[in-house]
Amino acid sequence: MSEGIYLDNNATTMVSPEVVQAMLPFFTEQFGNPSSIHQFGNKVGLAIKAARKQVQKLLGAEHDSEIVFTSCGTESDSTAILSALKAQPERKEIITTVVEHPAILTLCENLEKDGYTVHYLKVDGKGRLDLDAYAKLLTDNVAIVSAMWANNESGTYFPVVEMAEMANAAGVMFHTDAVQAVGKIPMSLKDTKIDMLSVSGHKLHAPKGIGVLYLRRGTRFRPLLRGGHQERGRRAGTENAASIVALGKAAEMAFEHMEHENICVRAMRDRLKEGLLAAIPNCFVTGDPDNCLPNTLNIAFEYIEGEAILLMLNKQGIAASSGSACTSGSLEPSHVMRAMGIPYTAAHGTIRFSLSRYNNMPEIEKVIAAVPPIIAQLRKLSPYWDNVNNAPLEEPEKAFAPAYA
Amino acid sequence: MWDYSEKVQDHFFKPRNAGAVANANATGDVGSLSCGDALRLTLKVNPETDIIEDAGFQTFGCGSAVASSSALTEMVKGMTVDQALKISNQDIADYLDGLPPEKMHCSVMGREALQAAVANYRGEEWKDDHEEGALICKCFAVDAVLIEETIRANHLSTVEEVTFYTKAGGGCSACFEGIEEILNKIMLERDEEEVVAPPPEPVKPAKAPLTNLQRMRRIEHTLEAIRPQLQADRGDIELVEVDFDKKIAFVNLSGACSGCQMAAATLGGVQQRVMEDLGEFIRVLPATEMGKF
Ligand SMILES: Cc1ncc(COP(=O)(O)O)c(C=O)c1O
Repeated sequence: MSEGIYLDNNATTMVSPEVVQAMLPFFTEQFGNPSSIHQFGNKVGLAIKAARKQVQKLLGAEHDSEIVFTSCGTESDSTAILSALKAQPERKEIITTVVEHPAILTLCENLEKDGYTVHYLKVDGKGRLDLDAYAKLLTDNVAIVSAMWANNESGTYFPVVEMAEMANAAGVMFHTDAVQAVGKIPMSLKDTKIDMLSVSGHKLHAPKGIGVLYLRRGTRFRPLLRGGHQERGRRAGTENAASIVALGKAAEMAFEHMEHENICVRAMRDRLKEGLLAAIPNCFVTGDPDNCLPNTLNIAFEYIEGEAILLMLNKQGIAASSGSACTSGSLEPSHVMRAMGIPYTAAHGTIRFSLSRYNNMPEIEKVIAAVPPIIAQLRKLSPYWDNVNNAPLEEPEKAFAPAYA
Repeated sequence: MWDYSEKVQDHFFKPRNAGAVANANATGDVGSLSCGDALRLTLKVNPETDIIEDAGFQTFGCGSAVASSSALTEMVKGMTVDQALKISNQDIADYLDGLPPEKMHCSVMGREALQAAVANYRGEEWKDDHEEGALICKCFAVDAVLIEETIRANHLSTVEEVTFYTKAGGGCSACFEGIEEILNKIMLERDEEEVVAPPPEPVKPAKAPLTNLQRMRRIEHTLEAIRPQLQADRGDIELVEVDFDKKIAFVNLSGACSGCQMAAATLGGVQQRVMEDLGEFIRVLPATEMGKF
């Protein structure tokens, strides 16, 4: 493994060595098409079947046939929403939230252009939904509700199990983008009313380019890709056998490490949080820290900008990510931070540290030592900072009020 | 992350003139609403000579915002106020060996801070006339506001026209959907206006579309400009044929250039230059490939 401290696991994860081992034979020996009957492919079908079972177990699904392999989380999201619209042409509305991943939001914005009505549920300062407002929107016009299980930036959970119950009672389909949650927290989908759920392999130590759509038995469905009979005709295209096997192995390992994730990884995250908050003035945790993924910590460092922080962290071998406009190329600070009403001067300085079971406590201590001087150095350059008193200017937003272009 | 030049990294990690200048008599505070960056530039100007004796910056912004501010302060020191006002944002970017297109606005902010500081020094009020929108075309760094204004001013109605006037869409064409959206929006408004008012007098395009002969001449002109560089490396380039339907220019690379490892890289650079000068997409390939198309 390369040197350096990798705390950007919500962006993507390292493929576990065991997972790499498991997938290799499917490039070299068992490279045949699983639909063929000769010796080059006869084990592939069985391997895919085993992988389906491993994923079923991680999700707590009732049947293995509810697992449909796709090419990524984005494909699963698109398939779910477009299928619901196609299967129920009389329903022209969608309910989702303002803080979804672009895989949902960009699709929904595009559907609005095609004449669909999309209701975007707002969040409060901690990233929480108003379920009364949600209940009022659940009508016969709604084709599908899509709400993420855990937010990729803040880690905050939505009460998707409860929301699915409410949708079900109103006769509305429910989808959740659980790309960040799967593998990090226990799930038992068979005990919920969730109809569809998206998974992405590369967030749980499988490779990029493999995903899953969980499709509850009996849910009305229209495929996105039509063609061969693969995945029971629900997702045509020759199976990405090596990656499917990899995702199966990764699911098995995530299941085995579930306790570790929720005890040890959480303990490292909590230590990082305490360490940074104690050492650095004028910073705060965004989202709802009491109701969030065990591996995620998002801190807003006020009066400085995230990309600058990341560049300095990177120089010390520490990898994280930022909600700052300047890192994304979109010229807009993170829509998640803005939706929570975080002011510009803090939203630009948000840094997300996302851990995995491959981190260790000494790494966390190194980060706790490395960050405070970086923040101090950048604040020295900031027009909002008073270097004499080493504090923000009094009424910083008035003391420095630039002419905005 | 971003592909920052060594110069940008150097100015970011070792910023020059950070902090406010003592006894400053000129201050410019500006920000870019689109990205939230902000900059305070302080100058000490000698009132006798108008020479900028010292400059300092405080920046709330990303790597290239800090680097642009640092570069700007280095550039203006020792200049007269009038000389400094001639600095364009491109000059700042050039000083740093270039900025990624998404980051050009950081250099714009630097130039504006300078204007604001000079206005402050002269006791004038600085008003910003520059509006910035979402970046649509990343190949040529064209934003939504410029596209909108150009469409309105010239009454454009197709993507090709927009490309012709603004260059947007002339590179990889990934932004066609974005341009079409802006066009549709404006054309809808136009329809509504036309119900109440007679259609406005069509404005003559500033430049008529180029003929193939004119385009051919432009390409040759660009190649002429590049030749001295290649000749310095004992190579040469010659235009052989242009297929405007397929948008390909075929060239002969000769001397040290032909067969050299760098040929492909050289052609890539040539293509970029030709595209920029021509304002439209064109591929540049070796003449040996001619039979294949
Ligand atoms: C919440 C969420 N949904 C969807 C995706 C997209 O997944 P993929 O990269 O597999 O398409 C991501 C990953 O960036 C994500 O964090």
